[in-house]
Amino acid sequence: MVKLASAEEAQQKKATRAAFGPALVALAEEGVDVVAVDADLTGSTTTAKFAAASPEYAKRLFNVGIAEQNMIDVAAGLSLTGKVAFTGSFAVFGTGRAYDQIRNTVCYSNLNVKIAPTHAGISVGPDGGSHQMLEDIALMRVLPGMRVLVPADYAAAYAALKLAAKTPGPVYVRMGRAAVPCVYDSNVELEIGRAYVLREGTDVTIIACGVEIREALLAAEQLAEEGISAEVIDAFSVKPLDEETILASVKKTGRVVVAEEHSVIGGLGSAVAELLGAKAPCPIAFVGVRDRFGKSGEFEELLSYFSIDAQAIVDAVKNG
Amino acid sequence: MDISALESVANQRRMDIVSMITEAGSGHPGGSLSSIDIMTALYDGGVLDHDPEQPEWPLRDRFILAKGHCAPALYATLASRGYFPTEELMSLRKLGSRLQGHPDSNLVPGVEVSTGSLGQGLSIAAGMACGLRLDGASQTVFTLLGDGECEEGQVWEAAMFSSHNKLDNLVAIIDHNGLQIDGATADVCNPDDLSERFRAFGWDVVEVDGHDIAALIEVLQACKETRNGKPHMVLAQTVKGKGVSFMENQAGWHGKAPSKEQCAEALAELQACSGEGEICG
Repeated sequence: MVKLASAEEAQQKKATRAAFGPALVALAEEGVDVVAVDADLTGSTTTAKFAAASPEYAKRLFNVGIAEQNMIDVAAGLSLTGKVAFTGSFAVFGTGRAYDQIRNTVCYSNLNVKIAPTHAGISVGPDGGSHQMLEDIALMRVLPGMRVLVPADYAAAYAALKLAAKTPGPVYVRMGRAAVPCVYDSNVELEIGRAYVLREGTDVTIIACGVEIREALLAAEQLAEEGISAEVIDAFSVKPLDEETILASVKKTGRVVVAEEHSVIGGLGSAVAELLGAKAPCPIAFVGVRDRFGKSGEFEELLSYFSIDAQAIVDAVKNG
Repeated sequence: MDISALESVANQRRMDIVSMITEAGSGHPGGSLSSIDIMTALYDGGVLDHDPEQPEWPLRDRFILAKGHCAPALYATLASRGYFPTEELMSLRKLGSRLQGHPDSNLVPGVEVSTGSLGQGLSIAAGMACGLRLDGASQTVFTLLGDGECEEGQVWEAAMFSSHNKLDNLVAIIDHNGLQIDGATADVCNPDDLSERFRAFGWDVVEVDGHDIAALIEVLQACKETRNGKPHMVLAQTVKGKGVSFMENQAGWHGKAPSKEQCAEALAELQACSGEGEICG
């Protein structure tokens, strides 16, 4: 089993986006020919920390201004000169605003570009629906050749970014704004195409990704108190999905709840339903945002408002 | 190679363009014919350092066809330079062919990046120019845009970025034929005066007759050698459909294949030119 955070570490809260700058520094220090392209959000995405680490690294961060389409294609051009090119911005702009660039240049040419925006989902909170990207997993997942990683916490985001750099071709790494509790050991190493069983159970399989991992673990504890044994799986690699781990769990439990901080349309839930529909049909409940835009509010409030918190997962397990 | 020989090469490529689009039954003859002299100046006139034997040669200059729909011109150029067999040209747009309707870099040697969605090539070229500079490499990045393409907002994002970053290892060329699918660029959503607009965005701009291969070589070589802290724009005045009289200056020939009879007429006209060793029209 993958190593989890100690009880003490689990009390710490850190945003997944905070891993971006430090991961770029670590990659450069390892000798990876890494560059980053951002669009006037270097402080928010933390790519500024990469530039601040040394004058050499400062030359490797390109700020295109408020021009996300240019951001993606400048990264594409950099990758064509042998660089591992990361892009930033917020998820709503870094995917949707530049979708054609990601599709027609990055993916169609199969370039070594890592789309790694931050502020995905409702974690951008008070900025409201215009900034709360709830469709990005769907948009990225459907692109041929694109790998989609949705890390649960700081350590997983750090590992996912390093993994993305070492995986040739396009990779999407989804990060959020809100500080979230640590789930994994700080030195965790993850693999693309692997899902991780974080808690074993026999009655129901809860498959989640991103910030919903913490909610799923809390839900599993609550369910245990009520005599329901829930298995919790982190499907951080939404694409490719770890079919083996999911099918093995479902064979045991026969029931699935999928939880994601994303629309119920096209995201992890859809990926799991596609798999199970073809290979192991069983009842599935979907915890996610139901075909609507976001709203201003604090992150914790919104988790409850949109019924994607631990209680919503408990309810889904009980009510199907 | 002397200029008349280059003109013969370009003329042969015009015949290839017309033949392959006719065989395909679809494609974009107008812009392919307006841009072929520019590509000939680059690939055959000694401007572009490249090696057909080693398409990935690290010291090569880069060329990006931003206006990817003019793939037939690029394919005709690459094939005649030996990047792939000329016999393949007639497979354009057919199932199983490497020669997709728009260039696919995963399939065709010598194609640096897949293009076809307009407005992106200048950004990609700017990114390449940044990457080469970061490595201390002296190669130059060339890209060819359409004038209609300059209606895409991203072109101006890239224009700003390139001058801000002083990308003097970047040479953009506009195939300024004045026509787009729906008619004259001046009527659709006028992007003129492109020289003034690019100057206002901090670029060095030079205008040239886009069918004068000698002048093109001189201007492009000068841009390549000038490292003055500014990106270079070559506004090439061209004629859409150049070399085939019934296609010239006709927006209708932007994206339409000739019939077999029209093809024969076009080839006869081009053949007559090649006999004279110069470009007609």
